[in-house]
Amino acid sequence: MTEFTPLASLAGGALIGLSAVLLMAFEGRIAGISGIAGRLLPPYEDAGFRSRLAFVIGLIAAPLAYGFATGAPVTQTVSSNVAMMVAAGLLVGFGSVYGNGCTSGHGVCGLSRLSARSLVATIVFMATAFFTVFVTRHVL
Amino acid sequence: MSILINLVIGLLFGVGLVISGMSDPAKVLNFLDVFGTWDPSLAFVMGGAVIVAFIGYRFVLKRDKPLLADRFHLPTRTDIDSRILIGPAIFGIGWGLGGFCPGPALTALSLGAIGTLAFVPAMLIGMWGARMIGALPQPRRA
Repeated sequence: MTEFTPLASLAGGALIGLSAVLLMAFEGRIAGISGIAGRLLPPYEDAGFRSRLAFVIGLIAAPLAYGFATGAPVTQTVSSNVAMMVAAGLLVGFGSVYGNGCTSGHGVCGLSRLSARSLVATIVFMATAFFTVFVTRHVL
Repeated sequence: MSILINLVIGLLFGVGLVISGMSDPAKVLNFLDVFGTWDPSLAFVMGGAVIVAFIGYRFVLKRDKPLLADRFHLPTRTDIDSRILIGPAIFGIGWGLGGFCPGPALTALSLGAIGTLAFVPAMLIGMWGARMIGALPQPRRA
């Protein structure tokens, strides 16, 4: 069980949205994490490597900054099944870049732009994710 | 300047993930478990993010160009090809297995869980693989 946190989740979501708006305002780019992280890997097609790296460093530093500012430790429960997490990582990395976006690029930015492609992508990844959890938790 | 701005915006994004609870894969997996220990929080994260971005984009995209770049880089494609179905389908399976999508996985890195340390390098390899395929000449469309 995890606690249902509507207000914190709404507030955190609003911050994510604000971050997406700021990236568009300053850089004119979609705040899609698979796009930003994926373009740190070859083949390189444009400049902007250092800016993307800075974004990812900010992302990685966030729990430390949050913990430092609030004094509250960030809690989480991550599976320690290494083989499954490697498989999950491969699928997430490949699928998100192959499909040009993940939860942030298609889910947040794409839906906000009323993009039909992103709506299709979001419905598809939600469907396969719901199905996967159903199978792993209730069938297997 | 661009580097500092990107650092701050990335930090803001990550803090948003932490406050919303999305850096915890258990919360994501419980959202996906409608027939079990359902936790609807993720819908509120998406809702909050989409409302702010929907309104914010209206104002920002009225401008001629971004503050630090010559033009807005917006996706222009509208066709539904096989990649927009296959990619998200594969991504969703991985997301349902591990409870991590790319943003939360990177944000969780500094917390040092063994599962995260296994997931992130694999994710980067997967991304690299998809980028290499993307760099190959694409079959001509009929």
